[in-house]
Amino acid sequence: MTEVLRIESLHKRYSHDSSEVHALKGVNIVVKQGEFVSLMGPSGSGKSTLLNVLGCLDRPTEGSYHLGGEDVSRMGDDQLSSIRSRYLGFIFQQYNLLPQYTVVENIEIPLIYQGIRLDSESRARCVGLAELVGLGHRLDHRPMQLSGGQQQRVAIARSLVNRPQLILADEPTGNLDTKTSHEIMTLLSKLNMSGKTIVMVTHENDIAKWSKRIVRMRDGVIESDEANTPDPIDESGPGLPMHLLEEAA
Amino acid sequence: MALVSGLACLAVFLATTDKGRRGLELALRSLWLHKLRSFLSMLGIIIGTSAVIILMAFGEGSERDVLEDIKRLGTTNIIIRSVKPPDDSNTNRRQMVATYGLTYSDLEVLATIPSITRLVPMRVFPQETRRSARSHNSRVVATVPQYAEVNDLTLVQGRFLVPDDDERMNNVCVLGQETAKSLFTFEEPLGSSVKLGEFVYVVVGILAERMPTGGTGGSQAAEDFNQDIYIPMQTARGRFGDRIQIRSAGSRSAEKVDMHQITVTVEDIDKVRPTGEIIRSILGDTDRHPRLDWALTVPLDRLELVERTKANIRQSLGIYASISLLVGGIGIMNVMLATVTERTREVGIRRALGAKRSDITFQFLIETMVQTGIGGLLGVAFGVAYVFTHAALKTLPMAAMLFQDGSPSPILHVPSITWSLSTAVGVGVIFGIYPALRAAYMDPIEALRHV
Repeated sequence: MTEVLRIESLHKRYSHDSSEVHALKGVNIVVKQGEFVSLMGPSGSGKSTLLNVLGCLDRPTEGSYHLGGEDVSRMGDDQLSSIRSRYLGFIFQQYNLLPQYTVVENIEIPLIYQGIRLDSESRARCVGLAELVGLGHRLDHRPMQLSGGQQQRVAIARSLVNRPQLILADEPTGNLDTKTSHEIMTLLSKLNMSGKTIVMVTHENDIAKWSKRIVRMRDGVIESDEANTPDPIDESGPGLPMHLLEEAA
Repeated sequence: MALVSGLACLAVFLATTDKGRRGLELALRSLWLHKLRSFLSMLGIIIGTSAVIILMAFGEGSERDVLEDIKRLGTTNIIIRSVKPPDDSNTNRRQMVATYGLTYSDLEVLATIPSITRLVPMRVFPQETRRSARSHNSRVVATVPQYAEVNDLTLVQGRFLVPDDDERMNNVCVLGQETAKSLFTFEEPLGSSVKLGEFVYVVVGILAERMPTGGTGGSQAAEDFNQDIYIPMQTARGRFGDRIQIRSAGSRSAEKVDMHQITVTVEDIDKVRPTGEIIRSILGDTDRHPRLDWALTVPLDRLELVERTKANIRQSLGIYASISLLVGGIGIMNVMLATVTERTREVGIRRALGAKRSDITFQFLIETMVQTGIGGLLGVAFGVAYVFTHAALKTLPMAAMLFQDGSPSPILHVPSITWSLSTAVGVGVIFGIYPALRAAYMDPIEALRHV
């Protein structure tokens, strides 16, 4: 299977006030296509910093980061922005939808920054993705009119629009109740089953149990890296039109 | 202008490209979302822009007013006035008679100057005009027939004075509109007589109503022609003599003035100044005028002065208006900085989704420019509307306090529209750059952590 990302001897140092913080102390990790990885660890373990580096929002001080075969560790700001828009999809704990935009328009945003011409074709894809996550009937609504779970679904659809190599999720269920968390994780699992590579940061074991590989960090290094067998997905209840993923993805 | 074509390119860009359209759409949406705040931040630009339009219009109007007055007067005229010397109150205390000014002798000498084509003396004093039971406080103007030409008077009835009147010292008069209306409400004034002092005068003409002018008309003092009654100069000399009683509230004095003003018309514009010098040397002779009781004005000088100051005034107005636009720009920058801070999260999200720094800069810059652009348009609309409704507004009771009669009407100065609009948008660019760059250079991670 192809490698999606490869990190070797990654160090990250930054200065905080007058002292220097060594957040990542030589991390090595490889993720292949189709994997579903959880990144866990206590506060200060470096998992958020690692996610930022993976997301090309931060640059390593030492070491290398290959994403989709390209070495992105020394790239400039504009190049990294381009990498993000082409290769990555983000899902945040706080959904981070833009309040002035409707559901469909929110999904479209990564396409704008890719420089793709927005036409009926791209619009149709966005609509398809909205339907995929079960929000086809709410296309013109604004985030304010949606529940937390619904907003996160929009965020998930948004993360798919640019056909990313890798989806990065930062505590995707952190702000949701148990039932909704369950729905969101079901959706992510289904996405993963149809081939999407996902790396997720979480501090909850229950959520990590949905993934197929659990990486634990402590004090800036990887402590353990184990496979995990998630429970079978509960197919009862309204199914999502996952067949749309073929066309949309 | 380069500025206008630059803006035109921008407009095209905004309309056609996706980024442009999206940016514009987003800008409008963000503005609409916070209507009150957007309006308040635009207020500075609106005021600044309308100030440019209105001030320039007043400048244009007053310039035209002045130029019209001067031109109407004729740039080949020279005006000589009698001036009451200040030391008079001391010397003639006992007599209380003020003797000063231009004399009949001066007039005779001036008449000999070859370059002069017209010589119009006038003698002015207040007097009560009476007709049966009615009376009117008029201003008596004793003058010669050419007075009508020089001051461009229009008759509605009858005739003005003629040379014959002076020769024969006819007791005839010409009435101004107000004088006529006061004395003859239902009767026909023409041919009737009125009494001035001890003598009776036959009305031979009535003047059309005239707008009062500022002091740049046919004479130096402001003239309200409507209250006048005109009689031949020689008649006045004969009937009223040299001394005129002046009764004003609380005091009585007399003055012995042959004539208050002489308007001289020179045959050629090139001869105006030299003639002026000649007149000055004649009157300056201390045997003729021991005290400085006369003054000479050459409107031609005035005209040139006006044209010279035209540029200065426009420049000054431009500076004042620019200052207000500057203040407006600072206001906008302030609001945009607050807006950027408020939308820190949004900036982080966009960056995470692939926005480059230039995308963010562009986005916020467009928002600022849309704000100032709309503010500019509103300001222009308000300014132009004001210019056209000023005449009507002036009649409102409040306005009477601000505007005196005789203040110029504003005339729209068309270039000021494009100038102020492009400046408004330019202000948007200049004052929007800093907040936009601040947004663009935020660290995305920090921004995402922001509340």
